[in-house]
Amino acid sequence: MKTERLLGWLPFLWLVLLAAVPFILLGKVSVAEQIVAQPPFTPLFGPDGLQVSAAAYAGLTEDDLYLRAYLGSLRLAGIATLICLLMAYPMAYAIARAPERWRLPLLMAVILPFWTSFLIRVYAMIGILRPNGLLNQALQWLGVIEQPLNLLHNDPAVVVGIAYAYLPFMVLPLYAVLAQQDRNLIDAAADLGAGRWRRFVTITLPLSLPGIAGGCLLVFIPAVGEFVIPALLGGPDTLMVGRVIWNEFFVNGDWPRASALAVVMLLILVVPLLFFERLLGRRS
Amino acid sequence: MALRILALIIGFALLYIPILSVVVYSFNASRLVTVWAGFSTQWYGALFENRQLLQALALSLRIALVNAFIATALGTCAALLLARVRRGLLRHVVAAGTATMLVIPEVILGFALLLSFVTFGELIGWPGNRGALTVTLSHITFSTAFAAVIIRARLAMMDDTFEEAARDLGAGPWTVLRTVTLPLLAPALLAAWLLSFTLSFDDLVIASFTSGPGSSTLPMQIYASVRLGVSPQINALATLMIGAVAIGILIATWILQRRRHKNEARLPSPH
Repeated sequence: MKTERLLGWLPFLWLVLLAAVPFILLGKVSVAEQIVAQPPFTPLFGPDGLQVSAAAYAGLTEDDLYLRAYLGSLRLAGIATLICLLMAYPMAYAIARAPERWRLPLLMAVILPFWTSFLIRVYAMIGILRPNGLLNQALQWLGVIEQPLNLLHNDPAVVVGIAYAYLPFMVLPLYAVLAQQDRNLIDAAADLGAGRWRRFVTITLPLSLPGIAGGCLLVFIPAVGEFVIPALLGGPDTLMVGRVIWNEFFVNGDWPRASALAVVMLLILVVPLLFFERLLGRRS
Repeated sequence: MALRILALIIGFALLYIPILSVVVYSFNASRLVTVWAGFSTQWYGALFENRQLLQALALSLRIALVNAFIATALGTCAALLLARVRRGLLRHVVAAGTATMLVIPEVILGFALLLSFVTFGELIGWPGNRGALTVTLSHITFSTAFAAVIIRARLAMMDDTFEEAARDLGAGPWTVLRTVTLPLLAPALLAAWLLSFTLSFDDLVIASFTSGPGSSTLPMQIYASVRLGVSPQINALATLMIGAVAIGILIATWILQRRRHKNEARLPSPH
């Protein structure tokens, strides 16, 4: 035990310095004011003592852009998480019920795309959704549509992009709970006359709830703050907070406002984050 | 049964068709990425003459390598703590910290890390300039969490009788760790190393916030050119990256399989 505790100090110190301190600084800069200097915000302790300003937070209410960005992020991330779950559940179920020797290769095949670059996978989606991309070509060839559809640079493209890019994150926790399930319960229910659907709804589904919760949080939390997907697949009016923070920093150079945006986003994510942490803790 | 197979076919089609289309079109002779105009490797040639891209590649490889070693080491420490120490402030902080790092939106983490580098720079003059060093420190921060999850999963499944036996035979805690625990953890350490490498090599957002002028990583270069649209050169680059990952995974699987065979040959069968 002593050795483990001693070694634990290393990640502890690292996390305090480069995870806890940065979040505290986020709060500190969010109550500063923007100035033309290096760095571009007022110090917390100025010549006249403590300087705390609510200007950055007030700025968030001036324009309803910010509110719409938060709501847009939650909505798009929520829809994408749901679609991801609907795609992943049948896959995870099929893999968990596959013959033993097929399970590992199938699972590997789900994880493999996760190892290829996230950026490249999002980029690949552009190639699929473009006006003369693969999907439009296929639909035209099948005679479903005459003219190419506008599938790229809009909100649905962002939703599809998130669901596609995060799919492995959803499949893995679902597989973990489905593979552990005691098959005797299903057999017992079948012996007692429960039909296929009833067995699924009353046994398999409730028992897989921890996996559903884990997968949804693993997709939803990062998706709310997603930058790459809305930047590459979204349209000019696709509002997501991740992109707004990025622009506030890289385009407007307004550090206090970017901090305030990040602080509010963290406050929104605190509840799902706590859920996620408890879920991880309980598994051990 | 048929439904389950259908679910798998649809799922895997969704996962693989986009990636495969990138690979196929990287060999397209036409600049118009969607029209097939015959087989060609010209984009690969152009790629190897793109100095900016090659420099960014070298920088990304350097950062990813250093990150992989340090994150695996720190992740091992964190995993040992989380798996074997039940209570205490130390455990709770590391548990909360790693769990948060797994899901925290990259934009927030990147920006927060930038703020701390600026503040540290003002207070103690270190790190002076933002660049490879600050990006590496940032990558280690989140890679450690992923490494810890993988190693902890292995620790939870591991049979601890070997360690007990070593202790009974008089080995000190460090000897047990070095000669028993770490060798038993080897497959997880390899997986954690590979994952840390990939996460770092792949990161756009956090690197954009924490790097300085003149130090663009490969994802930053790719993003800059992808924003302007689909380009055949990026298709070629993507294909090379996908190929490298596939080869890396094949080698890792081969090493693990060989190890397993060797262990099976050496250890008497328990049955």
